[in-house]
Amino acid sequence: MKNGVGVAQNIVLFGGTSEIGQSILRRIVKPGVSRLVLVSRDIDAASRVSQDLVDRHPELDVHHVRYEASDAASMEHVVAEVADSIGDIDIAVVAQGLLNENVDYYASPSALIDVVNVNMTGEMVLLYALASRMRTQGYGKIVVLSSVAGERVRRGNPVYGATKAGVDGFALALDHELAGSGASVLVVRPGFVTTKMTTGMKKAPFSTNPEVVAQIVEKGISSDKKIVWAPAPLHWMFLILKNLPIAIWRRLPI
Amino acid sequence: MTMQRLSGWGRTAWTVADVIATTDENQIRSTLSSVGDRGVIARGLGRSYGAAAQNAGGTVLEMTSEHDPLGVDAVLDPISGILDVAASVSLDSILRMCVPRGWFVPVTPGTRFVTVGGAIASDVHGKNHHIDGSFGEHVRSMTVMLSSGEIVELSPGSQPAWFWATVGGMGLTGIVLRASLQMLRIESSKVRVETERLGNFDAVCEAMSGDGEDDSYRYSVCWVDLLATGSSMGRGVLTRGDHATAAEAEGDEPLAYDPRLKVSAPGWVPNGLLNKFSIKAFNEAWYRKAPSQRHIGIESIPAFFHPLDGVNKWNRLYGTQGFIQYQFIVPLDRTDVLRKVIETFSAAGVASFLAVLKRMGPQNLAPMSFPTEGWTLTLDMAAGIKGLAELLASVDAMVLDAGGRHYLAKDSHVSPSAVRRGYPRLDEWMTTQEAMDPRGVWRSDLSRRLGLVDPRRNP
Repeated sequence: MKNGVGVAQNIVLFGGTSEIGQSILRRIVKPGVSRLVLVSRDIDAASRVSQDLVDRHPELDVHHVRYEASDAASMEHVVAEVADSIGDIDIAVVAQGLLNENVDYYASPSALIDVVNVNMTGEMVLLYALASRMRTQGYGKIVVLSSVAGERVRRGNPVYGATKAGVDGFALALDHELAGSGASVLVVRPGFVTTKMTTGMKKAPFSTNPEVVAQIVEKGISSDKKIVWAPAPLHWMFLILKNLPIAIWRRLPI
Repeated sequence: MTMQRLSGWGRTAWTVADVIATTDENQIRSTLSSVGDRGVIARGLGRSYGAAAQNAGGTVLEMTSEHDPLGVDAVLDPISGILDVAASVSLDSILRMCVPRGWFVPVTPGTRFVTVGGAIASDVHGKNHHIDGSFGEHVRSMTVMLSSGEIVELSPGSQPAWFWATVGGMGLTGIVLRASLQMLRIESSKVRVETERLGNFDAVCEAMSGDGEDDSYRYSVCWVDLLATGSSMGRGVLTRGDHATAAEAEGDEPLAYDPRLKVSAPGWVPNGLLNKFSIKAFNEAWYRKAPSQRHIGIESIPAFFHPLDGVNKWNRLYGTQGFIQYQFIVPLDRTDVLRKVIETFSAAGVASFLAVLKRMGPQNLAPMSFPTEGWTLTLDMAAGIKGLAELLASVDAMVLDAGGRHYLAKDSHVSPSAVRRGYPRLDEWMTTQEAMDPRGVWRSDLSRRLGLVDPRRNP
C-alpha cells in the first residue's frame, strides 16, 4: 500500500539490471518501502547492481523473479508470480529494452524481431497484465521508460525508434483507459542517456544521465503527470522537431 | 458498482473503491455475502486523516445519516442520560438534539463531524481524557454486525473481549449498527474557559503536569508554537475549563445551541499557501492574541471544542498534495522526547499550522486504543514537503524508543513494525479479530499497509 507521504510499500522493476531502472529505485526506495522485486533475465547480475541499494536499506525484503523480456506469452505468468510474492504492486517500473544500435538490418532483417518482441510485444502484454492487476487493486502506478526516439523516428535506428513510438502511444492510451480506476501510467521520455546501452555512441544535444532521469521520475510520480521529459527542455525541442517539414528534418545532422 | 476515489481527511493516498451508501441491515448483509477478495470497510464522515476508511479495489459502505428524512435516529433517556443512537449519526446531530435538553457528549474530538461508529472504531479522545478517558469508556453497549451477517450485542460486562477489540479496532471487527452512550449532564451550552500564555516549553509542561492543578479542570489542552525558537521555544497558549453553570452562562436560555458553519475554504487553494512564513505570522498573532495574564471567559461549545469546524472543508487549505497529521504519545516522564521532536521538526523547517499538546489519563481495556498515560502531541504539515518520509521515520524512531506510539486514526505513514512496537497487545487483538471475522472480510488501506489483517486469509 502506498502511504500519505508518497512512499510506495511494494515496488517492482522489470528489467532488473537496467541502469535507469536502478537509479529510479535509488530515488524511490525510502523509509517505508517494505518489498522490492527485481524481474530480470540474469538474477546474479540484478543482485550485483542492486547490492548498494540493499545494503542501504537492510529492512527491505528483496525478491528476484527470472523472465525473458522477449517472451510475451509469459508476461501474465510473471506478473502473477510477482503478485504472489509481495501482494499488491504499488509501483511498477518497466525498464526493459533493447537498443541494438550497430546491427545491419539490411544484412539481417530478422534481427529486428527480438527488438520488437522486447520493446513492444512483450512490453505491451506486460503493461496490460500490470494494468489488469492494478485495476483490481484500485490503485497503482506504472512507470514506462519510453524515449524521445519515438517522438519522431529517425534514420540510423528506425527499429528502436518505431518500437518506442509504438509503446509510448500505447502506454498513454492505456492510461486513458485506466482513468477512474485508481491505477495510472507515467510515460518517461528521456533523451540521450549515458549508460552502458549507449557506450561508444555519439552524444546527442541535451544528453543526460540516469540520476537526472530518476529525479524527474520521482517528481513525476508524486505530481500525477502523464508524461515527463528528461531533461525537461527536450519537451520544447521536440515540439519543434516533430513539426518540421520533412525536407528540413532530413537535413538535420541527427 | 459506483467506483469512487476516496482519501482520508488529509487528502493523500487516494484509492478507488466500490462505494455503497447504505445503513440498511439487509443491504449490508447481502453486500457481505457477495464480497470479493478485496473485502469491505465501513466509512462514516471520512474524518480520519489517513486511510482507515477506504479500501482500494474493494467495497466501502458509506454509513452516514446526515440527511435522514426521519430525523436523528436516537432516543435519549432524560433521567439517566443514556442515549440509544444509530452508529451512522454524527456527534453534530447528537449535540443539536441533546444540548438543548441539558446533555453533552461524554467525549468529543476536535471535530463534531464524526459518526458514533467512527468514534468507537477510533476510540476518539478529547480535551477531557485526563479526567474522563476516551469515547469507548462511555459506551454501555453496542450492536455489531459481524462479517457473517450475524448481529451481536456487545458490552463490557457480557462480551468484554469482543467489545474492547471493537473499541479502537478501526472498523476491522464488524460494523457497529447502534450504540448506547452515557451522556454528560450540563446546565448550560457555555464553557467557562481559563486562558493563559506560557512563555516556553518548560512552563507548558509544568502547568499541565499531574502535580499541577490540571486535574481540577475537566478540559485542558495547550496550543504550542512550534516555530518559536531560542528561549521561547515551545511557548504556548493553555486553555482549560468546564461546562459553565446556568448562573455563569447568564441569559434566559442557558442551553441554547447554535453551531452554524461560518465560512467555507475556497475550492482551490495554491499549494504552499500554508508555509513556514505564513504560519510563523499566524503563530505570532495567535500567541499575542492570548491574554498575557490568566484570563477567565465564557465561550460557546463550538468555539471551545470545535474551532476548526467553523471553516467548512478546512482540509483544503493545504492544496492538492494534502497534509499529514502526526499524533503520537510518550510516557509522562519523557518530556525530553517531546522537546527533541519539536526541535527536529523546527530544524527541518517544517511548519505546523496546528500543534496541540495534551496530558492524557490512564489507558482503557481496549488493546488497540491509542491513549495511555502520557503526553500526546499533534501536529499537521503539508504532505509535499521534501524529505518528509525520512524525517518522519527518524521522529517515529524517537517516539518508539521512548515507549510511545502513534494514533492510527491520524496515521498515514507509519510502518507495520511501528505498530507492532507501539501496541504490545497487537497479537492479542489480532486473535480476537480473527475469531470475530474468520474469513478476513474487513479490509482497509490502513489494515493493508500495517498488516493488521493477515493477507493470506481470503474472504
